[in-house]
Amino acid sequence: MSHVPGMIQSIERSSAVLRLLAAGPDRLRVKEIADALGLPKSTAHSILRTLEHVGFVEQDPRTARYRLGRGLLDLGSAGMDANELRGRALNWADALAARSGEEVRLGVLDDNRVLVVHHVFRPDDSAQSLDTGVRLPLHATALGKVLLAYSAPAEESAVAAGLDPYTRRTLIDRRELADALTETRTRGWGLSVEEWRPGVAGIAAPVRTSGGLVVGAVGIAGPVERLTDTRRQARPALVEHVVAAARSISRDVAG
Amino acid sequence: MSYVLAVDQGTTSTRCILFDRRATVVAVERAEHPQSYPRPGWVEHDAARIWRDLQRLIRKVLRGVDPSQVAAIGIANQRETTVLWDRSTGVPVAPAIVWQDTRTDVSTLDAEFLKSRTGLPPATYFSATKIQWLLDRTPGLRERAERGDVLFGTMDSWLIWNLTGGALHVTDVTNASRTMLMNLTDLDWDPELLDLFGVPRAMLPEIRSSSEVYGTAGAVLPGVPIAAAIGDQQAALFGQTCFEPGEAKCTYGTGGFLLMNTGTTPVRSSHGLITTVGYRIGDRPPVFALEGSIAIAGSLVQWMRDGLGLIGTASEIETLARTVEDNGGCYIVPAFSGLFAPYWHSEARGVIVGLTSYITKAHLARAVLEATGWQTRDVVDAMNADSGLALTALNVDGGMTADNLLMQIVADFLQVPVVRPMVAETVSLGAAYAAGLAVGYWSDQRDLRANRHRAGSWKPGLDSGRRAGEYANWRRAVECAVMFSRDGQDGLR
Repeated sequence: MSHVPGMIQSIERSSAVLRLLAAGPDRLRVKEIADALGLPKSTAHSILRTLEHVGFVEQDPRTARYRLGRGLLDLGSAGMDANELRGRALNWADALAARSGEEVRLGVLDDNRVLVVHHVFRPDDSAQSLDTGVRLPLHATALGKVLLAYSAPAEESAVAAGLDPYTRRTLIDRRELADALTETRTRGWGLSVEEWRPGVAGIAAPVRTSGGLVVGAVGIAGPVERLTDTRRQARPALVEHVVAAARSISRDVAG
Repeated sequence: MSYVLAVDQGTTSTRCILFDRRATVVAVERAEHPQSYPRPGWVEHDAARIWRDLQRLIRKVLRGVDPSQVAAIGIANQRETTVLWDRSTGVPVAPAIVWQDTRTDVSTLDAEFLKSRTGLPPATYFSATKIQWLLDRTPGLRERAERGDVLFGTMDSWLIWNLTGGALHVTDVTNASRTMLMNLTDLDWDPELLDLFGVPRAMLPEIRSSSEVYGTAGAVLPGVPIAAAIGDQQAALFGQTCFEPGEAKCTYGTGGFLLMNTGTTPVRSSHGLITTVGYRIGDRPPVFALEGSIAIAGSLVQWMRDGLGLIGTASEIETLARTVEDNGGCYIVPAFSGLFAPYWHSEARGVIVGLTSYITKAHLARAVLEATGWQTRDVVDAMNADSGLALTALNVDGGMTADNLLMQIVADFLQVPVVRPMVAETVSLGAAYAAGLAVGYWSDQRDLRANRHRAGSWKPGLDSGRRAGEYANWRRAVECAVMFSRDGQDGLR
């Protein structure tokens, strides 16, 4: 296979593997793919394993032959299945609630909103109800700021839809929001202090799948005085818990 | 800082979890062990491998923690799985026969006699016929067992024996209650049952409570008290702190296990449920439980994924089911290998009924989840009837509790709140609690209750008229499953 300088060879080869699998209805063996592309069998195998990991090819467990994967069909629909995400996050979200003493939410981007896909109660046995399925504003919550920070199109469309004020602290200026999102990306976690509801603060961090793609955000929410110090800065111990939980979920999601 | 170490020796894996005083998970280590299927219906484990796994897991989970910081170790285990080993060498004399193994024959056993003595119906699950099978088929084994040179144990006994370097041969009363050799009235080995199955008493462990210091561990955990042994489903009941009569938990996995605390006297079921020991703390009176199982729960979702290819991952069932408002009139009865409690019809086979051209795969997905909901309702109704207690809330755990729609369906169908606790590892937590109680790490059961926090709860929402109508349809669907079997003309008993 010829290789153009300045291009990444393994991506060229992977593309060729996908075209080969797409070309015919038959499922192919590793050797057939290696032979067709003039690759060593071990190289073809590594490429197929990687493509399988990201969901672009699938291997029939009985015949060991490869075909195109469902991941290619889903390319257009962003992110991962919300219920799948919840299943992976369940244990980590519980541990986050237990360690932080605050309620935990897992959110994904959905039509200019944060869609809450999982909610764990604050561990104090007060009356609480599940708000899975509830939609929260993107620009005014920690979860939303994290989701916006890693998606330029989402930021653009949120700004276009108008930055509604919820409190006097809500970021309603697009430049102020852009600065806050840059800060979120730089430190790797998001904070909102009384920007949505008076008296309430939130800390959140991104959940990433393989390749670093952000598929959701996990965070805690609670009274300002518990989540932040007197200078309204997030308490470092809580940030550590949130970031660690997000990392654990990411490891699980990325497989 | 001190901790309690819990071991969850399960069917597919062994887990070690370190808990702190607030019942928070501090560290987890897990190892899967192979399942061996040497012939159709046979399922075996390598008990020596499981013991090696446990030693490695203990060392890993204690990284950075000195054994002196471990207040106690507690063991929860897969129930009924049968290990026979040589007392002098400590080597198993045969592969362990797993509870799922169906090689033994129970067709000639007297069901009424066994139920009255043990609370158990004749089934291949329980240890007695597995021991009998090994003793009958291995030359010289029964003689060695009679001399006490070969010992029997469920996984709890096997691991405690190894942890103490062969010094202790004990089991707890919950595990003993699943052997089909223990008399439920005096909680001791029953001479008539031993005679019936040809099991020498010399090979049996001493029956102790679920929560007491049996002894101290040797090399792997020098000086740490071994303070609990309890069957895994009972451990989940204990971990969920279902300490009052009428409190129940359901663990949703490939199947479902529902246990209800019935207090200090055993309740004999007239609806085909199992009467079992729930737990016993030291020399206090034993607490009994009724147990009902849902044979097919998560495995129906797996079938939809692998058998029908309608979904890519198990979690997508919820996404698909949520695209429609209701089941469209479609019902699935997953009687893949017959109907269990409370129907007990082994010839019944699964059916999908109510099909019209309107039905899509989304309606099927909904019917799949509803089948788990109705099966739970069937078991709960039987328990309420047997115990005379009315379930007021269902505590849930297990992988399927991630499915919010399923949990809402269960709440709707049972008409009681469904509650998910903060610590999902209820089996391990139950073992930790039982061990911690025995050494005073936690002072009493009220102390344990204080650790319990709700992570989520679902309130019943369906209006009663619609629920009644749907339930009537489910019962008709169940009748179809019976009618379709060869002897279905007889209908439901």
